[in-house]
Amino acid sequence: MAEDDPQNDSDEALLDEAHDDIPERFTGDHPISIRGLKNCFGEQTIHEDLDLDVNRGEILGVVGGSGTGKSVLMRSIIGLQIPDDGTIEVFGNDITAAEPDEVIGVRNRWGVLFQGGALFSTLTVGENVQVPLKQYYPELSQKLLNEISRYKVVMTGLPEEAAAKFPNELSGGMRKRAGLARALALDPELLFLDEPTAGLDPIGAAKFDELLRELTDTLGLTVFLITHDLDTLYAICDRVAVLADKHVVAVGTIPELLETEHPWIQEYFNGPRSRAAAATNERQSDAAAEGSGKALDKPQGAQA
Amino acid sequence: MREWAEYSLEESGGRATVTITGPLTVSGIGRLDPELRKITDSVQFVDISGVTRVDTVGAWVVHRFAEDKGADITGADETAEVLLETVERSTSDAPVVPPRSKIFGRVTEHVGAKVYEFGNGVRHNIGFLGAIIASMGALLLHPRRFRTKALVRQMEQVGVSSLPIVGLMSFLIGIVIAQQGAVQLQQFGAETLTVNLVGRITLRELGVLMTAIMVAGRSGSAFAAQLGTMKLTEEIDAMRTIGVSPMEALVIPRILAAVIMMPLLGFYACVCAVIGGAVIGDVLLDIPFLTFLARIQEVVPATDFWVGVVKAPVFGLIIALAGCYQGMQVEGNAEEVGLRTTAAVVQAIFMVIVLDAFFAVFFSSIGWI
Repeated sequence: MAEDDPQNDSDEALLDEAHDDIPERFTGDHPISIRGLKNCFGEQTIHEDLDLDVNRGEILGVVGGSGTGKSVLMRSIIGLQIPDDGTIEVFGNDITAAEPDEVIGVRNRWGVLFQGGALFSTLTVGENVQVPLKQYYPELSQKLLNEISRYKVVMTGLPEEAAAKFPNELSGGMRKRAGLARALALDPELLFLDEPTAGLDPIGAAKFDELLRELTDTLGLTVFLITHDLDTLYAICDRVAVLADKHVVAVGTIPELLETEHPWIQEYFNGPRSRAAAATNERQSDAAAEGSGKALDKPQGAQA
Repeated sequence: MREWAEYSLEESGGRATVTITGPLTVSGIGRLDPELRKITDSVQFVDISGVTRVDTVGAWVVHRFAEDKGADITGADETAEVLLETVERSTSDAPVVPPRSKIFGRVTEHVGAKVYEFGNGVRHNIGFLGAIIASMGALLLHPRRFRTKALVRQMEQVGVSSLPIVGLMSFLIGIVIAQQGAVQLQQFGAETLTVNLVGRITLRELGVLMTAIMVAGRSGSAFAAQLGTMKLTEEIDAMRTIGVSPMEALVIPRILAAVIMMPLLGFYACVCAVIGGAVIGDVLLDIPFLTFLARIQEVVPATDFWVGVVKAPVFGLIIALAGCYQGMQVEGNAEEVGLRTTAAVVQAIFMVIVLDAFFAVFFSSIGWI
């Protein structure tokens, strides 16, 4: 293949460039820990006294009405938005103390999927996946990079030809999957997803959920998932955090949330859409339990 | 210190086993991968029971190696098993970059495409001008559809906001012409002719020409970038679906603003240049400031003023046309906006200079010397 130039001669040189400071895998309980977060835009206060702990190895769904600052919360955690007050610890490092471009030792351990995919428009999908790999692991040969980007593309459910396509040649849903492939490029410990299933067809969204659950279970991922998709919440989230009144009003499994008195939570989970999603999920879980062979290891509603 | 995955090759009873130890992850695979590729012997087993950690990249490298050699993977724990299965399902041979043709083919294709594009560009530009005239006609029939607010806003952007920079530039040009002219004319004792030089050259040529170049750089590029970005974000498509014609809402106000503001800016530039010249006359040539201005009135014929002012709206039209045309041609990605903006400025300045030459010959022939 034309692009698979053998690079045997330069391998040694590449190895010398390799970074030495690869941090150990995080073993604490809370990869993300937020205390007293405050975010303002001018006069408008988005967050005030926001506390949140994300457990290691869980999929945490973040819900909230439009404009409650879900995306702003995510941007604060990944260091793109400097908060006005409070501390945010990611893998035990204080994000708020560092400049946005400075946080090293954390960036190669997380993957971020932005709402619109945010793919680099002048690179093909395959090259997009290679960008983080090249940045952090320059010792990898081009041959291996090509192989990695190929299987990542297929793994996220894209057809294999998509690897050589440019982002503007893809549909919205495909762009999202390509964004996920790039977010997963480094096999991160922590994954941030901003509405990953919005705009996907139901079959594609269900596959996306399944893939996410599988990766979380096998790779021990921790996932911070902003979503409006009730099916996703019921199907794969271990816990759900509810943003309202400028802070996290409740965190817990869906049955736990149902017991709280907060009017927004009651309306959200007892609305007709939510009940339909719950019923679907129950049916699927029953079918999976009855079905012979491999029962899908999905948490029913959620696990404690 | 960073850990690397390593391997050892053992043979017993004619069966070769590759044993891999260490972290089988993206951070630890860098040395193992090229070494595994160098193994030429046949291998029957790959033992990964000694790996400390595994992720999909590690699983992929082991899977590919085992596949190539037709070997069996042994000692995989539960996690590794799942990951191996995942990457196996995701195998693909598709290229990562689109295939490129040979250099000869590429060059000829490129040249051909350029020639074709040039021809097309000329045709489309004329077509675009036609479309503008057609929508102008439609607007004349339905004057209530005309966007006065947008026009005023564009006139402010093109004209009023560029007053400081155009003024400063022209003032400095006036100074340079007067100073250089004075030095040369002094050799013939004709330094008083500096007034003629400054007055005639700025009013006839430089005032309007330099303004056109400045407006092309300032507003022509802005038109292309604005319209191009709106095209990318589907704003223009949204307008069309609502029934708003982008021609009427976006292009016509910009074109008219440039056509109206260019003569005004051009005349303003001439005034600033004359003032610059007068300042130098006062300082270097002992011609009092007011005398310099009075002499300008005597030595510059009114036709010079008309030569400059007649050209200005044409230049404005060309600049706005190039900017809007290139902006509306944007398709695809963010890079395209940059390319089109550059093209708009280059095209505008080039056309302005070419037309200026035609005008110079034309006005001389009709006796406006």
